[in-house]
Amino acid sequence: MDFDKELDARGLNCPLPILRCKKALNDCTSGQVLKIVSTDPGSVKDFAAFAKQTGNELLASAEAGSEYTFFIKKK
Amino acid sequence: MDDQKKMAIIATKGTLDWAYPPFILASTAAALGYETQIFFTFYGLQMLRKDLSGLKVSPLGNPGMPMKMPFGPKWFRGINWNMPNAIQSLVPGYEIVATALMKQTIKNNGVASIPELRELCQEAEVKFIACQMTVELFGFDHSEFIDGIEYGGAATFFEFAGETDICLYI
Repeated sequence: MDFDKELDARGLNCPLPILRCKKALNDCTSGQVLKIVSTDPGSVKDFAAFAKQTGNELLASAEAGSEYTFFIKKK
Repeated sequence: MDDQKKMAIIATKGTLDWAYPPFILASTAAALGYETQIFFTFYGLQMLRKDLSGLKVSPLGNPGMPMKMPFGPKWFRGINWNMPNAIQSLVPGYEIVATALMKQTIKNNGVASIPELRELCQEAEVKFIACQMTVELFGFDHSEFIDGIEYGGAATFFEFAGETDICLYI
């Protein structure tokens, strides 16, 4: 999937992946896609909840081994 | 009334472990778009000090706290070193060692430090209010606390808390 920016949140635990994502989205313009890679198993539910509550769209999430990848489109 | 969601927290504890819930919840709420305020009262004031190195954990009288080593082989890390209270209370420096081990465990797990979380809250414009009554009661001085906080009392808290969607006592 195409993306405009990438955030490496590997090794970070709750709530840091969400906080870093929020910060990275602040630097994006509307419609841009942010890719996030995380190793926190809790982030799967958290990013879905984050997207739902902030109105930014979670385009896709994938799991490969112990890494989780998310694509979020800025509102 | 505007439709922005709001959250208020009363933070009353002054230990390293109990400093986490208010700062984690406040920083996350701010990231989710909540207008957020924390009212620090009694021991909670310790979380507003310029120097946070005084925040400690105490395993004494806390049977829920696992005492595990943050280093060594896996089997060694799995051992729970909980001691009877009577022994803990006799060993000088027990809390200092427990705190050092806890800080290492926090680091190993990619969990943010309290100074880092507090800064993230401030960056996200979480409002900090220190209970002025407790400042006087405990003989503290405003110079001991970080800048950018307000001092107020119960009525100040209710002014915001009365309008909130979520209100927590920690």
